[in-house]
Amino acid sequence: MNNLSKGQQQYLLKHRKHKRIVRISRILILLSFLFIWEFTANVGIIDSFIFSSPSKIALCFFGMLMDKSIFLHLGVTLYETILSFLLVIAISILVAVALWFSQKLSEILDPYLVVLNSLPKSALAPLLIVWLGATKTTIIVAGMSVAIFGSILSLYTSFTTVDPGKIKLIYTLGGSKFHALSKVVLPSSIPAIISNMKVNIGLCLVGVIIGEFLAARDGLGYLIIYSSQVFR
Amino acid sequence: MEQVLELKHIHYAYHTLEGETPALTDISFALNKGEFVSIVGPSGCGKSTLLSLISGLLEPEKGLIKINGKYLKESTTNVGYMLQHDELFEWRTIYSNVILGLEVQHMLTARTRQRAHDLLDLYGLRHFETSRPSELSGGMRQRAALIRTLVLEPELLLLDEPFSALDYQTRLTVGDDIGQIIRKEGKSALLVTHDLSEAISLADRVIILSGRPASIKQTIPLIFNLAEDTPLNRRNAPEFKTYFNLIWKELNTDE
Ligand SMILES: Nc1ncnc2c1ncn2[C@@H]1O[C@H](COP(=O)(O)OP(=O)(O)OP(=O)(O)O)[C@@H](O)[C@H]1O
Ligand SMILES: [Mg+2]
Repeated sequence: MNNLSKGQQQYLLKHRKHKRIVRISRILILLSFLFIWEFTANVGIIDSFIFSSPSKIALCFFGMLMDKSIFLHLGVTLYETILSFLLVIAISILVAVALWFSQKLSEILDPYLVVLNSLPKSALAPLLIVWLGATKTTIIVAGMSVAIFGSILSLYTSFTTVDPGKIKLIYTLGGSKFHALSKVVLPSSIPAIISNMKVNIGLCLVGVIIGEFLAARDGLGYLIIYSSQVFR
Repeated sequence: MEQVLELKHIHYAYHTLEGETPALTDISFALNKGEFVSIVGPSGCGKSTLLSLISGLLEPEKGLIKINGKYLKESTTNVGYMLQHDELFEWRTIYSNVILGLEVQHMLTARTRQRAHDLLDLYGLRHFETSRPSELSGGMRQRAALIRTLVLEPELLLLDEPFSALDYQTRLTVGDDIGQIIRKEGKSALLVTHDLSEAISLADRVIILSGRPASIKQTIPLIFNLAEDTPLNRRNAPEFKTYFNLIWKELNTDE
């Protein structure tokens, strides 16, 4: 690699330096946060009974590692979150595609989607239990309910804002509406789909934990409720 | 003479809730096989609309369009349409942009792939096959867009101001190049342009449209007395200026 010009070498050097600074800064922020937390809890500036402290958390975590209970709770929550996340992604892409295909359908359903999206899902979780029973399904549905409508709306919006010139090009090349979807709309919406996924994984976790608050015997949500009742 | 394209009494209007925008009124003309015709007209008069109608993207409200003697709907003739913007997809390489039409028409074979490579080579884009469109200059992008149209081996080419995004120098060379290639391959072409000198240096005939709603004001056949009829030689011929002034005057008179 000695045949790189000076300019290129400098560019690469600069790039590497930039990456390093980003990485180190990230770690520093985390460490200083943990340090300040631990420090203020120890000196008594904040009440460690309410705020806990990193060392206490680490100890408790270690204890749960030893008796392996953490794995059960983590695993259950992870499973439920990932399942509801995958379902949300698959269903919302399918529905957004259907809406994109039919202008009529999208106009008809638009007000319903907006209303469903703004419903207070956590307040409705108890209803879900009544309908579906206190099972894993309920928790997964609770996780999905938080994310799905917003996900459909945002995906559909990104589908409709695709450059009409690019869609026209597909038609000039003899393509069909299906080609417009597969060659233009989906590929150019990939950034939107990814950012949508990032939001949804968080929302699904929120939904799943709300579900676990109410209807579970395991999972992180159950653990939180249990701990807050015994104040540990 | 065999006619590739025939338009008879075409009318078209855009409809929106705000009202109706008539774009074309009573357009009739024909294009012979191998002929190169330029269309000039004021901005917004309906030139792109006319090409969209011929390519079948829009349907005329009145009138009929025939391609190779068949109605547009039944026609199997490949019509190549080059848009005002290159519309290259940034998420594809230049090569896969070029084969987009082949993909869509299920025509990807070893032979057509080879043709795509050959055309890229011919137009000096061989080393950019794996590049992204944003890495190319405006002229190169336009050439890639032309190749995307040409790999489909269209008999009739519709060109909608394909060179308008280029700087003057590239525009001359790319314009002349593309004009030569189209002639060499014996294709018929309809070129919409704002640039009168481009229209005159490339075409056999110039159709002048009136302002919106467009109708045909006049058709001017271009006859040059040249040993070698190339766009460059035309620009230097004495007839060039005469035609230029004629068309300019025609464009700027209100009937
Ligand atoms: N989708 C549309 N809906 C309504 N009106 C339209 C639409 N597309 C074009 N028009 C109108 O039709 C007229 C003709 O449009 P067109 O694009 O064919 O013009 P043009 O001659 O190609 O213009 P330019 O020289 O600027 O490319 C314009 O005045 C425009 O306002
Ligand atoms: Mg136009």
